[in-house]
Amino acid sequence: MVRFITFRLLGAIVVVWIVSVVTFLIFQVVPTLTDTSPVYYYIGKVPFPPDSIQFKALVHRFGFDLPLYAQYWHFLSGILLGQNITDGVSTPIVCPAPCFGYSFRQNELVGTMILNAAPVSISLLVGAAILWLVGGVAVGTLSALKPGSFVDRVGMTSSLAAVSLPIFFTGPLLLLIFEYTLGWLPDTSYAPITEDPAQWLRSMILPWVSLAFLFAALYARLTRSNMIETMGEDYIRTARAKGLGRRTVVVKHGLRAALTPIVTIFGIDVGTLIGSTIITETVFNLRGIGYLSIKSIQSLDLPVILGVTIIAAVALVVANLIVDILYAVIDPRVTV
Amino acid sequence: MSLPMGELEVVGESAPLTNKTVTGSSIVGRSLWSIAWRRLRKDKVAMTAGVVIVLLILIATLAGPLTALYGQNYLTHHNLPPNALTDSATNLPIGDFGGISSTHWLGVTPVLGQDILSLLIYGARTSLIISGLATALSLVLGVTLGLIAGYYRGWRDTVISRIMDVLLSFPTLLFSLSLIAVVGIVNSSPGARYAIIIFVLGFFGWPYIGRIVRGQVLSLREKEFVDAARSLGASNGWIMAKEIMPNLLGPILVYTTLTIPNYMLGEAGLSYLGVGIQPPTPSWGQMLSDAGNYFQVDPMYLVLPGLAIFISVLAFNLFGDGLRDALDPKSTR
Repeated sequence: MVRFITFRLLGAIVVVWIVSVVTFLIFQVVPTLTDTSPVYYYIGKVPFPPDSIQFKALVHRFGFDLPLYAQYWHFLSGILLGQNITDGVSTPIVCPAPCFGYSFRQNELVGTMILNAAPVSISLLVGAAILWLVGGVAVGTLSALKPGSFVDRVGMTSSLAAVSLPIFFTGPLLLLIFEYTLGWLPDTSYAPITEDPAQWLRSMILPWVSLAFLFAALYARLTRSNMIETMGEDYIRTARAKGLGRRTVVVKHGLRAALTPIVTIFGIDVGTLIGSTIITETVFNLRGIGYLSIKSIQSLDLPVILGVTIIAAVALVVANLIVDILYAVIDPRVTV
Repeated sequence: MSLPMGELEVVGESAPLTNKTVTGSSIVGRSLWSIAWRRLRKDKVAMTAGVVIVLLILIATLAGPLTALYGQNYLTHHNLPPNALTDSATNLPIGDFGGISSTHWLGVTPVLGQDILSLLIYGARTSLIISGLATALSLVLGVTLGLIAGYYRGWRDTVISRIMDVLLSFPTLLFSLSLIAVVGIVNSSPGARYAIIIFVLGFFGWPYIGRIVRGQVLSLREKEFVDAARSLGASNGWIMAKEIMPNLLGPILVYTTLTIPNYMLGEAGLSYLGVGIQPPTPSWGQMLSDAGNYFQVDPMYLVLPGLAIFISVLAFNLFGDGLRDALDPKSTR
């Protein structure tokens, strides 16, 4: 077990490292291919011509005149050890580890921006995840109990329809119906749960539903196929033959085995969505990590893009790691 | 004793001649493909979806002649007097249901007053070109690398599998968005836009098909017919191309029909976020993004491109689903 976890941990660290290298290279190097200094993407407009002394001083201050490996080391050591961010004039800003840099465009530490945005994304993700897991598994199980029945066909056809609906269509449609036509949700602006739980709930219901709708459909299909396979196993017949009730057989024997792969995918999906709920946050105007990333991508605010991408990679890798370890614990067939 | 024998002989001789009684029973040998086709033809939902797909491809291919026939094009702005179709004060289309009329069958857009039907027709072209080419890229990479990994195993398998693992644990969406944004600065021509969108969709998607192919090849390479080919002196290339590939066509075909709709949604999503296809090239996602600003007052503009995406993606999904059932020997349908 210890060996297994150590190996997975090392693998996870390597993946995050690769992501950091690739992200760094793309965002620091690609712009220079057209002789555009990355300085532009750090501070926006530069009021000096590229060959002036002032411009070179700026390039030097950000370290863009150093060799690539030195720049990468500066970036990496900044994250690991922290750094002092300085524009050379005002007092340096202390940025303790893990330091993801400083947005000169928005005059804020990237870490602080991500921390401020995180509660919104987490609220969105947790609520939606509960909804889609419960809904998807319920529909999938009901469908699997009588394959080919009316319930099954309705469930599966509507789940196919649901995966074919993009959130940027269902989202505005839900807003149109519930906020503007029926007037049930007159104000959907976000409020932190600690300040106004009722308003928090009002602001989150529609985002939860539209995000969960999509994933519930995927989970329903997955649960159905796993469940049908499990219910055909010998031990299910044995359980029935022993005279156990249908409910016990379905829930205790069938569902438990069928859910193991679902848990894996659930972990990975949640990991992926941290920092990737970009579309949902854009549709519902929620200022979470996704919103932060698309805004910084649109304005090419490099330090923020780098920071968010690495955070998202870490979240994904950690989720994968937890799932792998959980899987090894739950499923005795995994060799440890 | 002799009578039953005689009867049996007669039946046996006449059977191939009187086709009627024997066809349909297990005597006639059929290939997997003809069985699958027969099953698929009986699946009404999948066949309807197939017809929708064919229509969609026709519309996208004939976008030019179709819009010419209909007499409108998406480039014309109907927002200036004397023939303005949008209200100069509210910027909204004049008339009910987003300005639907006999000349503009699905109305016009707010502000610029572009014809919605021709935008949708050309949007289909954008959507299909990008999703089709991106799927092709995923297929080429995934099938080639999956085949190599599964067939040779050893260090090639290790390298390719690790690359797939890393790619699958990449924050893909975030990464694609940033990549497109950065490349957009380097080269902002429409061709470069197309290329980079196709690249990010196709490149980050190949590990999915790569894994499927690798898994299949791992078991196929141990089969007797592969041993037989090898003992006859067939080269590795021959075995992969002529012995293993034909057995992969089924899963590849199913994967293809299920990936195209995914990439259609991907393209629409990127365009919705403003980093995809840029105006004036029409894209359904971009229309939805624009419609997001007016949906309270002009819901038609939201519903039409939304339905276009929904119908196209659903058709591919339903067809792919039917195809999978038809090709699956275990399926009872």
